[in-house]
Amino acid sequence: MAFRKLAVAAGLTVALGMATSAQAETFKYAFQGELKGLDPYSLNETFSLGTLGNVYEGLTRRGPELEIQPALAESWEVVEPTRWRFHLRKGVKFHNGNDFTADDVVFSADRVRSQESDLKTRIGADVKVEKVDDYTVDFVLPGPNPILHYEWDTWGIMDKEWAEENDTVKVMSASDESPSYAGLHANGTGPFKITGHETGVKTTFEENKDWWDYGNKKFNIDSVELTPIGSDATRVAALLSGELDMVYPVPVQDIQRVDGNDGTRALTGPELRTIFLGMDQMRDELLYSNVKGKNPFKDPKVRMAFYQAIDMEAIKQKIMRGLATPSALMISPFQFALSDQFERFPYDPEAAKKLLVEAGYPDGFEVTMDCPNDRYVNDEAICQAVVSMLAKIGVTVDLNAQPKAKYFAKVLQSNGFDTSFYLLGWTPGSFDSWNILSNIIHCRSEEGSEAPFNLGGYCNPKVDEITAKVLVENDPDKRNEMIAEAFKIHMDEVGHIPLHQQGLAWGVADDVELAQRADNTLMFYHVNKN
Amino acid sequence: MTSGPETRAEFLSKPHGFTTRVLDSDILHSFKQSKLTMVAAFVTLAFIIGAAFAPWIAPHNPFDMASIDLMDSLLPPAWEEGGDSRFPLGTDDQGRDILSGILYGARASLAVGFASVLFAATLGITLGLAAGYLGGTFGTIVMRIADIQLTFPSILIALLIDGVVHGLFEGVSRADTAYWVLIVSIGLSFWVQYARTVRASTMVERNKEYVQAARLIGIPPGLIMLRHVLPNVMGPVLVIATINLAVAIILEATLSFLGVGMPSTQPSLGTLIDIGQDFLFSGEWWITIFPGFALAALVLAVNLLGDWLRDALNPKLR
Repeated sequence: MAFRKLAVAAGLTVALGMATSAQAETFKYAFQGELKGLDPYSLNETFSLGTLGNVYEGLTRRGPELEIQPALAESWEVVEPTRWRFHLRKGVKFHNGNDFTADDVVFSADRVRSQESDLKTRIGADVKVEKVDDYTVDFVLPGPNPILHYEWDTWGIMDKEWAEENDTVKVMSASDESPSYAGLHANGTGPFKITGHETGVKTTFEENKDWWDYGNKKFNIDSVELTPIGSDATRVAALLSGELDMVYPVPVQDIQRVDGNDGTRALTGPELRTIFLGMDQMRDELLYSNVKGKNPFKDPKVRMAFYQAIDMEAIKQKIMRGLATPSALMISPFQFALSDQFERFPYDPEAAKKLLVEAGYPDGFEVTMDCPNDRYVNDEAICQAVVSMLAKIGVTVDLNAQPKAKYFAKVLQSNGFDTSFYLLGWTPGSFDSWNILSNIIHCRSEEGSEAPFNLGGYCNPKVDEITAKVLVENDPDKRNEMIAEAFKIHMDEVGHIPLHQQGLAWGVADDVELAQRADNTLMFYHVNKN
Repeated sequence: MTSGPETRAEFLSKPHGFTTRVLDSDILHSFKQSKLTMVAAFVTLAFIIGAAFAPWIAPHNPFDMASIDLMDSLLPPAWEEGGDSRFPLGTDDQGRDILSGILYGARASLAVGFASVLFAATLGITLGLAAGYLGGTFGTIVMRIADIQLTFPSILIALLIDGVVHGLFEGVSRADTAYWVLIVSIGLSFWVQYARTVRASTMVERNKEYVQAARLIGIPPGLIMLRHVLPNVMGPVLVIATINLAVAIILEATLSFLGVGMPSTQPSLGTLIDIGQDFLFSGEWWITIFPGFALAALVLAVNLLGDWLRDALNPKLR
């Protein structure tokens, strides 16, 4: 009898094995930059957050159209304007088998607001997180905040026990040289587990059959391979040859080729990300400049001169090949209803030269520019073009273009905002203007506890005042008017120089179906391979 | 005075100038015999002159940011449709003239090539001479280090040195250090060949009578090595140096192509090829093909010269 049972079991295993191997689908894709570490709070950057979003889940998540959906929280209610109650999903397990409970949420809320975290703005420092019972958590706010949970899809919940057991409660910061345990291992609740990670080489994922939403899953892939490929040509060649199922971004010059090729197609569309230039307006003397004893960027005339020296139309046509929308604002027109009231200042190198003379720099000056070279579409080419355009008004820019891992480690808060002039891109994680106002335009405190991504430290108390009002205003029309007022001040003072919204360009093999989210995030649970 | 040995006056009255010696030499004769060598010499010379006088010859200055106009970018070569006669070989993605880029790029490539060969030769000859002449433990140590280094491919050594230097001097921009890092890393990966060749020849020369005579009259070893041995071991060194020049240029191009050599703000030929390869799929072939062609021509010409020199200096082939 025992033997027969065994034989049946063996037969079943073989049959099952065959069934799964017939379905086994590995989805292989490449991005231009690397995933530096696996700690989801290290870097507030869309690619890292999005990729780790397949492993760690937030209380909420966003669908293909970016609509907010319940995830680890089944539902939530605003008990009173300053008290939000979240009802957690029961029966959810982390990849290591631990149960997901309110303790993990409280722990993650502390961890995400700790000193080394790059995601501090997910929850205000003065918000109290209270455990009501094992599956209920209250967030007590100092004042009403209707958009409290807008960015929580990228605040992945971590397992308290796991973090404490492995001594990895402290967040691995972007400038850390040696990775922590959480930087090399991952333990989330999401639909995919990480099975291997070599920074800059390969990261492998496997589907999590115990995922709470596995019954409704809409994907048919069971493993995923991410390979960073920095060279544009190599990345495109890997897609065209069929070695990879998907690559992004496709360089703008190769979109036609990818679309015209048999077996691949290009998915393009406007991206929500705004690319902009920022200038250090906070230090009394720039770190990287030949101007000593004063900071030229403190003078709005100098900032305006830089603005008017840049020919956005040329950058759009020649570098972006049309796949960009020059922007007057720091936010995409899709995300702010009153965008059409704003227009870019005209390109006018003569006026720019005059402004420099008025500001006391008739012969220009020298400054170093920090630029990533594997983060945004044609980022280094844009920086080079800016360098040559500024040269025409007499400003000598020394370009320091680096891979994003090094670039972010240099310019962000974790390294004390070590930059004088930089290029950065920003998608508001909440898809709302307040995120821009509070992260990028609000006055920055010296060490960056407020507005940590205002690297240059633009500051106008009037704007801060409006920002605070925007947060608590519930009437959408009034709110938009206020936002417009703040943006107007920021624009007139040239707090930053917005360049454009870049285009999305993904190259996808024809046998792959996926959802292209406008925030340039790839979620594996939208991927199907035939 | 009867007929005897040539008097000093008679000797001096004959033409013995440098020019005559060159014109009478076997080397020039064999040079004139080979058309291929003459072409190679012409190409090499053209590159050297073009590179040396790039600021005066080149139609544009690719380093003068103010003169670059983005609206001129991605123009095809002048003879193609849409080309512009101001840019005979077209422009790259930033509007830089390809021809000027090649001239300035060759300047960087040749400068790194010559300097690294000079560095490698100086180091290799010094160590080889000393190891061969002095021998003993010192010689053994030097040659064992050389043996160990030979087990690593030179590109790996160059990459290693490059990495170490950028690790040590963090914060120093690549633009400032690129030249020196390349010269040192390429030079250090080549010195072994010189050291081995020179040591072997030195060991032969050191037992010859003229060296022993010099030693007898009390000339210090350093001077003997420099004055007496060195001139007699220079033949093979010249051949190695010429062939090495070609290899050094290729190695520099490889490193730049891999992104660890010259930065894109001061491109060498390798950097130009690297920039251009991103545009191959989209049909803008001229950005990478022309610098590639220039590199191939330069290296081929230098190699042919090296081959010829090896044959010309080889007494068995005369």
